[in-house]
Amino acid sequence: MIAAALSPTTVNAAYLVAAVLLVLAIKSLASPRHARLGNRLGALGLVIAIVFTLTLEEVDRYAFVLSAIGVGAVVGAVGARTVRMTAMPQMVALLNGTGGGAATAIAIAEFNRIERIDGDFASDTLVAILASTVIGSITLSGSMVAFAKLQELIQGRPIVFPGQQAINASVVVGAIAVAAAAGIAEETTLLLVAAAAALAFGVLFVLPIGGADMPVVIALLNASSGLGAVSTGFVLDNNALIIGGSLVGASGTLLTLLMAKAMNRSVANVLFSAFGQVQAAGGGVRTDDGRTVRATTPEDVAVQLGFARKAIVVPGYGMAVAQAQHDVRQLADVLEQQGVEVKYAIHPVAGRMPGHMNVLLAEANVPYTQLFEMDEINPEFAQADVAIVIGANDVTNPAARSDPGSPIYGMPILDVDKAASVVVLKRSMNPGFAGIDNELYLDPKTTMLFGDAKESVLKLITAVKNS
Amino acid sequence: MSGTLIASLTVFVLAALLGYELISRVPTLLHTPLMSGTNAISGIVIVGAILVGGSSGATTFESVLCFLAIVLATINVVGGFVVTDRMLQMFKQRRPESRE
Repeated sequence: MIAAALSPTTVNAAYLVAAVLLVLAIKSLASPRHARLGNRLGALGLVIAIVFTLTLEEVDRYAFVLSAIGVGAVVGAVGARTVRMTAMPQMVALLNGTGGGAATAIAIAEFNRIERIDGDFASDTLVAILASTVIGSITLSGSMVAFAKLQELIQGRPIVFPGQQAINASVVVGAIAVAAAAGIAEETTLLLVAAAAALAFGVLFVLPIGGADMPVVIALLNASSGLGAVSTGFVLDNNALIIGGSLVGASGTLLTLLMAKAMNRSVANVLFSAFGQVQAAGGGVRTDDGRTVRATTPEDVAVQLGFARKAIVVPGYGMAVAQAQHDVRQLADVLEQQGVEVKYAIHPVAGRMPGHMNVLLAEANVPYTQLFEMDEINPEFAQADVAIVIGANDVTNPAARSDPGSPIYGMPILDVDKAASVVVLKRSMNPGFAGIDNELYLDPKTTMLFGDAKESVLKLITAVKNS
Repeated sequence: MSGTLIASLTVFVLAALLGYELISRVPTLLHTPLMSGTNAISGIVIVGAILVGGSSGATTFESVLCFLAIVLATINVVGGFVVTDRMLQMFKQRRPESRE
């Protein structure tokens, strides 16, 4: 297929071009305007890297390589075209896992190859192989558990058992120890055992982490899939892998820190505290101080909205679960036709992954100029006549500001309670992820519209149109 | 410590710093496409899989592993770029003509 093999120098030059294109792809994400072009440049970079690799003299099994690429391309393209936008966290979780799995498989194969040929391992190559195996395996199985939680194949709440931390610690130490032994003994079987132990650790590691902490977990697994690529690059002395992997690692790391900061918790606290495992008994809101929750009807809310000049919509995971983003947009359209100014307030950890709400609203044709980050929108709640909270809970809880005893105390929240009135669309009075009552619901200016978010919004649209 | 190791470490550290700088400029609006886009980039490990498994000297054991690695990495590359493109085309500054 390839007429003449290109020299390694030429191929390395092509890798440099590919790396530059990957950097440009990331750079272009600074603005939505050029991001799509940048993404295509990134894809071009990958194509260049793959094609030039195929021209190397030592690569001669084209049917083997191309058939594997064919299988992966079909699976990837079909998956990417059919996945629902609400399922994007699961998609990213799966892609983190496949990256990790690939790194592990390559490391084990290369270990076997060197051991088979002459067993002459350079010490840095050996360390990189062992790191690749362990990091890749943890990323693979951890991502699968994250996927299962997001897809609700297993319960989203933390899964805990006695002695969990000690067991987890011994499994990961065991995995590293066996990997080291495999390196010393130069024995592939031992490396497979190490990979199995690392896979087990990935499962154990993610099980105790709750659904609403998934933004941190997904970002962290994103980072580790990048590190897997980096260590594979060290194994093969390949700069394209090192640069590409570093970009991914940096991105995942930064997002992990941002997400943890948005919850005012350390990364360690998110990963190891099994946060949200305590579910409030009965799930009711305390009314012992005489305040009660007021339920309302779509008609009453429509009247309220009829007098409003400015409304702020606060979407949360409940909107994603109900697939209500298109209906929310329609409600905003109807309100705007009646002269109401509508803005959207997006909390950084609303949903199940970084930027989740933005993607859903973009899908529903909401222009991004209407989407506002927490710091931008918070001063505006005081001028809003109505704040409409749709399936968001903990990110609106004033206890985060005022109650030092609250588990979410110190977490930056959307200042929904500063609005003149608040309407909360909620399925039931069950507490949010943190398992705590939301003071907002007891506020005299808050009314609750109970029911599925999608149905409630549809009823609201009809009521507003008829009022 | 070998010269190639230091050269590789240099590339790694500089690329990570560059990545951190660039990514800190990505608005929260685009954090989901950032994650799926970097998913695609981590598919660069496909190069490694081709280098190790693409040679006719590879054993069956190595071939199976590398076939798997190429499939998985290609899912990353194709799935990541396609889904990112799907998302990015939805971000509009102004309201497009309503589809409903």
